[in-house]
Amino acid sequence: MNSDKTDMPTPRGAPAANRDGKDPEWANGLRKLYDSVVDEPLPDSFKDLLEQLDTKD
Amino acid sequence: MGGTERTASEKADFKRELTDVVPHLRAFARGLCGRADMADDLVQETLLKAWAAQERFQPGTSMRAWTFVILRNAYLTDMRRNRFRGEYDETVAERILTAPAGQEEPIHLSDMHRALLTLPPERREALLLVGAGGFSYEEAATICDCAVGTIKSRVGRARAALNTMLSDGSIPKRSLQDDAAHRAILEELDDVAAGNGIAARS
Repeated sequence: MNSDKTDMPTPRGAPAANRDGKDPEWANGLRKLYDSVVDEPLPDSFKDLLEQLDTKD
Repeated sequence: MGGTERTASEKADFKRELTDVVPHLRAFARGLCGRADMADDLVQETLLKAWAAQERFQPGTSMRAWTFVILRNAYLTDMRRNRFRGEYDETVAERILTAPAGQEEPIHLSDMHRALLTLPPERREALLLVGAGGFSYEEAATICDCAVGTIKSRVGRARAALNTMLSDGSIPKRSLQDDAAHRAILEELDDVAAGNGIAARS
């Protein structure tokens, strides 16, 4: 409950990202992970569902 | 909630915008719950809820942010019903990230995803929103219905944890299937869900 107070410093020994103004290498990987899904072709199940929405009024 | 009946053209606009955000919903859901099939079920549920709640959407505001709130709430509800155990589908991610110049060890997408899934859910979603989805801290705070400082703290802690895991290769393999870990996650979810009351609840 109290673990997200902003006044708690980043633990020593685990260098915070961006301390040196650079993202760690995995930061780019995180975006790639997200973008790789965004770029996937949409499965037909979604096209079907979107088509059916209009009939749901 | 104060909405008026939408005209046909407003409905068409809504549907077009909703269609446009589906790939983003899939990406957010995949990051949250790990398994592609469950993530897509969650997105379908989100689309149906968004459509049913469309009169609460303010035209001109961010459809992505609005639907992310709905998806998040659906995820929290399903998680509490124990549908998601943070299982990771190894077949999804045998792809290797291109190693940055000068890096000897490429990070595997599968390692990245597994590390992400070991984070407490509220830190995971904060990092996904800001670090992957490109939302500002302010937007992420609105989506998660919490203070901007809280989001900053969660992102900072998530980053520190990933730094440690990915630099030592110390990614717990099965922590989410471990009952104690799962109970801890559910307890954290109580906190997350408690502050969980934005417009898109449905």
